[in-house]
Amino acid sequence: MKINKPKELVVISGKGGTGKTSITAALAQCFSTKVLADCDVDAADLHLLMKVKSYKEYPFIAGHIAQINEEKCQNCGLCATLCRFDAITQTDNLYKISKQSCEGCKVCVDACPNKAIEWIESQTGVWKETYTEQGLMFHARLFPGAENSGKLVSHVREKAKQYAVSNQIPLILVDGPPGIGCPVIASVTGASAVLIVTEPTPSGHHDLERILTLTKHFRIPAYVIINKADLSDEFCTRIQETSEQFNSIIVGKIPYSPLFTEAQLLGKSILEVFPESNESKTIKSITNVMSHKMELQISRND
Amino acid sequence: MKIAIASGKGGTGKTSLAVALLHANAERARLLDCDVEEPNCHLFLSHTVIGHKAVELLIPQVNPNLCKLCGKCVEACQFNAIAIAGNQVMIFNELCHSCGGCARICPHGAIQEFPVKIGELSQSRCKNEAELLTGTLEIGHASAPAVIKAAKKALPLQDVPFTLIDSPPGTACTFVAAVEDSDFVFLVTEATPFGLNDLKLAVEALLNMELPFAIIVNRIQSETNLITDYANQQGFPIWLQIPEDRHIAETYARGGNLLDVKPELKKVLRELLDRCQP
Repeated sequence: MKINKPKELVVISGKGGTGKTSITAALAQCFSTKVLADCDVDAADLHLLMKVKSYKEYPFIAGHIAQINEEKCQNCGLCATLCRFDAITQTDNLYKISKQSCEGCKVCVDACPNKAIEWIESQTGVWKETYTEQGLMFHARLFPGAENSGKLVSHVREKAKQYAVSNQIPLILVDGPPGIGCPVIASVTGASAVLIVTEPTPSGHHDLERILTLTKHFRIPAYVIINKADLSDEFCTRIQETSEQFNSIIVGKIPYSPLFTEAQLLGKSILEVFPESNESKTIKSITNVMSHKMELQISRND
Repeated sequence: MKIAIASGKGGTGKTSLAVALLHANAERARLLDCDVEEPNCHLFLSHTVIGHKAVELLIPQVNPNLCKLCGKCVEACQFNAIAIAGNQVMIFNELCHSCGGCARICPHGAIQEFPVKIGELSQSRCKNEAELLTGTLEIGHASAPAVIKAAKKALPLQDVPFTLIDSPPGTACTFVAAVEDSDFVFLVTEATPFGLNDLKLAVEALLNMELPFAIIVNRIQSETNLITDYANQQGFPIWLQIPEDRHIAETYARGGNLLDVKPELKKVLRELLDRCQP
């Protein structure tokens, strides 16, 4: 059977630091054939748990930014009046555009009566194709402070999808970014399912509700993992109730465990270092549940 | 002075530290929660909400009676937020950056802009009298930087020497919106490979922006660790190390804060702010 549309499972969390990447790396061990994508483009860490064999790196040109040509500029200030991003300021009688604040809307370029504003292509990051022992991984690095993280996320997902289709790989496993904003929306739209890693704390629960509202809005089936589950029974119950309200099931509970950090310090996933631990067994069972839910036609590493 | 509390990696303890700093400096600080995608400070501070204010962006609307389908707006929009489908112009609100370019360029005056709510600011007074201002992004909207900027522009309840800014994780445009124009930045990290990798990215961003910073290491297992090695090599200051302690995690899970477990840190947390002064 030809695979035209590989399944895409995106691991997200709302709140940062709940264990997304450690769990994604462990899941990667369990699925035998998959393409990996790290969509946390401004703080990518998944590669730190993968044995990297080699990689190729490409520039990512996302758009343009505006730059004032001082020789042509007559200091009329129209550009600064029109800019909605407070990117143009006057110092020492010269107008300057802040690279960091310019969103690349081109309004000033079109408006300048002296044609003094140049429109320059801007590279906002790099994307990489990395060969790992777990198969090919697509990831990226947004330059610090750069715009368009959403576009870079979409690019990484698209590359992973193209590769999966041309090599007939049924699953793309995506490590997503924290939050609910632009890069998260770019990571989850059109995905087959999301796996939300949360923790039983006031902030974990609060952020779970926000991310479930987002995935409901985009009509994406959402499943929940409670990490550090033994920290609070009260918040585990609340997470359970919230998940039920959104028709999401809890597919696994993992205790507050030092094993993830120990494995991370060795640059490995918990499944490689502590394969017999309860934590690893839980992750294997999550893989089984998700394969079933997503109707994946692939073998699993048991 | 403005002090941002930031980190590359999420979940390193930014919010915990910000809340503890506010507790320790209640009479001389206010706190802005600029992690607008997931604002959490309010969960750890008993407070009374004093007022709300909507954050709005101007989003274009096309008057079909005036529109001649010339396509100039589609061409002008750099964010693919406008398309012509059949005989009408479609605008995708969630892609719009509210630059005003389309309304300006339309030769027929067919585009007008209207405010759309993309977030909210809520101002509270905490039990300890300090001010908490929370910025919250509406779910489904992508324009987090606009909400962050609005939170930073809000007028304070009362003038205090220190404004603390709890920033979003990462190093993208939301991070920049939160930390830019700060006088000092605390970078909170943890002593793990992920913590180190993301710290390096955040440091690079701050060096580009020429902002002074100090590192705070959370969840340390020993006094020397991979963060201290890196900081010593590079000559970056570490101002505080907090040990890995299940008791702290459990207290946090109950909605408590760092000072509940380690009251002796109060003096250190007061000194941290004093040390930021040039």
